[in-house]
Amino acid sequence: MRQKLARVLGGVAIGALVFSGAACKADSGSEAGGGKAACDLKIGFFGALTGDAAGLGIHMRNGTQLAIEQYNKDNKDCQVKLEQYDSQGDPAKAPALAQQAVGDSKVVGIIGPGFSGESEVADPIFDAAGLPTITPSATRPSLSTKSWKVFHRGVGNDTSQGPAAGRYIKNVLKAEKVYVVDDQSAYGAGLADEVKKVIGTPVGYDKIQVKQTNFSAVVTKITSSGATALFFGGYYTEAGLLLKQLKGAGWKGTMIAGDGVNDANFIKVAGQQVAEGTILTCPCAPATKAKGSFVTDYKTAFNVDPGTYADVSFDITRIMLEGIKAGKTSRADLNSFINSYNGTGSSTGVTYKFESNGELDPAQVIVWAFKVNAGQVVPDIEIPKA
Amino acid sequence: MNFDELFGNFPALTITGLEQGAIYALVALGYTLVYGVLRLINFAHSEVFMVGTFTALWTWEAFGYNQNTAAPAFGPLIVALLAGLAVAMVASAATAVTVELVAYRPLRRRNAPPLAFLITAIGASFVLSESFGIGTERAPYGMPTLIPQETVFTLFGAPITNLQLLILGVTLIMMIGLDQFVNRSRLGRGIRAVAQDPDTAALMGVNKNRVILLVFVLGGLMAGVAALLWDVRFGFTKFNVGFLIGLKAFSAAVLGGIGNLRGALLGGLLLGVVENYAAGLFGGDWKDFTGFVLLIVLLMFRPTGLLGESLGRARA
Repeated sequence: MRQKLARVLGGVAIGALVFSGAACKADSGSEAGGGKAACDLKIGFFGALTGDAAGLGIHMRNGTQLAIEQYNKDNKDCQVKLEQYDSQGDPAKAPALAQQAVGDSKVVGIIGPGFSGESEVADPIFDAAGLPTITPSATRPSLSTKSWKVFHRGVGNDTSQGPAAGRYIKNVLKAEKVYVVDDQSAYGAGLADEVKKVIGTPVGYDKIQVKQTNFSAVVTKITSSGATALFFGGYYTEAGLLLKQLKGAGWKGTMIAGDGVNDANFIKVAGQQVAEGTILTCPCAPATKAKGSFVTDYKTAFNVDPGTYADVSFDITRIMLEGIKAGKTSRADLNSFINSYNGTGSSTGVTYKFESNGELDPAQVIVWAFKVNAGQVVPDIEIPKA
Repeated sequence: MNFDELFGNFPALTITGLEQGAIYALVALGYTLVYGVLRLINFAHSEVFMVGTFTALWTWEAFGYNQNTAAPAFGPLIVALLAGLAVAMVASAATAVTVELVAYRPLRRRNAPPLAFLITAIGASFVLSESFGIGTERAPYGMPTLIPQETVFTLFGAPITNLQLLILGVTLIMMIGLDQFVNRSRLGRGIRAVAQDPDTAALMGVNKNRVILLVFVLGGLMAGVAALLWDVRFGFTKFNVGFLIGLKAFSAAVLGGIGNLRGALLGGLLLGVVENYAAGLFGGDWKDFTGFVLLIVLLMFRPTGLLGESLGRARA
């Protein structure tokens, strides 16, 4: 009995020590926030760096990395470090990584999470810890309705992208028979729903699964439906495979997909001939036409053209860096800095101003259509607003 | 439920289902052979298949084909296919043998309990899949389109393509060949003897370890063939491509009666077709659900699968 009691007391004592330790840490953090700029702070990048959709995440990470490297060059005595959290785009891996980021008191802001599914599980954790986030790419509309105080979206959401894709199908492609397929992910299903609102009843609608590889049943349905256009809500691996099998079965129509497919890896999976002519949308301007020295800087640093959202990531990282420079070095201070931010991004030219729910000011949202041409994703047109 | 979709496309769904089922069946053979002899579920077999898909791709890349090159002419095509097939079969068989030598044989020598084999099997599967994952940056890889799909003839309104004929043809040839080998050859008799009663077989002068090795080689060869057909038809691979195929193939083996070669074929084809019908009737999201409900219901009535366990009991 005595022994048991001693153990319990010991446990309580250890718990108290840990707790007071954490409290001390928090105190020192806020002290630094009030005074001069604290150094060796970290900005986290949270997204897919390996896995099926890594092509998208790597460009965003590169944008963030470039912004931080440039900042460090100008601020040699007070550097900021990039901390990478590779979620593989997988909602199942996100919570543990988010906890890890929250637990590192040096991390004052997160760029990401990259995708909508992982945002749904990671953002509540960031919110509870008051760790500010700006996502360059998670476009599911409902993310801004969860009243997360730390949520900011640096691009438009799928209520702008989806209808724009729908308008493109209706007004530019003039396709009447449209088939819609989604991958049942938070992003893909949401985007497909927005498209359906604009195009009316599709000739057919089916769901596939993320990581599915054999699409013969849905291929049969699409070819027999006589559809001349296919809208796909999902990411590039499944999109590439589906299109490859569809074209292999003799389908001649055009595939339209969203920003989750807007990546050079889509062509790598599908093959150049198959991918040719595919239309990809993005609630962003072409990264290859970004302003200032961004495109050349990016090419020098990474030896590749900037991909989707690289420029957005660059600009939103600079918002956080500006905040740190201005002495907003605690999580809470940085969050309110972002909330009240109003400035133009140097590479996108977008005026970053967030609404109270974290959405980008709707006046700033533009949607572009891109086209696969000769093995490259090239800008097609800016889709006009309704 | 969408009966129009099911009945309107019934022939097409059947043929594409059979085609997928054929690949399940070839992979299922690896599970069934090993189970028949060792009473062991070789979970690493899905990775044996994965290694085959990658090595075939690398072979083609060495020939200068990639996902963007046009389909080659007939002569070079045959060379590329045969070279890919040979490399995939050898690599898959070598992987299967390595797993046996590293993960299973040492345990058998120490009379480890069955649970230990299960863990090393899962462990071997993870090690293989993760090492490919790290080596290939977990990226998906597109295959060159070696054989463009063309409709050869139409059957009840369903277009039958050259690839479907190739897959079904090759699968049937491999199955018949394997069945004859196990049932008629000397080495096959050894396999059946060990499956029936390992100790007696050993007393009769059958080298048990050699038979076990042979079983892994045969399973690996079949997985290599399946990998090549997969590459040609679905045109893609990545480090965890084996996971779902392995799971389905294992289910197909159980469905047909694990340990039974003909059962593996029947189970594979049945599972492929039923999945396709389900996708037609309920939508693509119900595909796996229906496949596994079928499995459970069938096992309730026939706990040993459609054809029962019979590698050992096959006629002498």
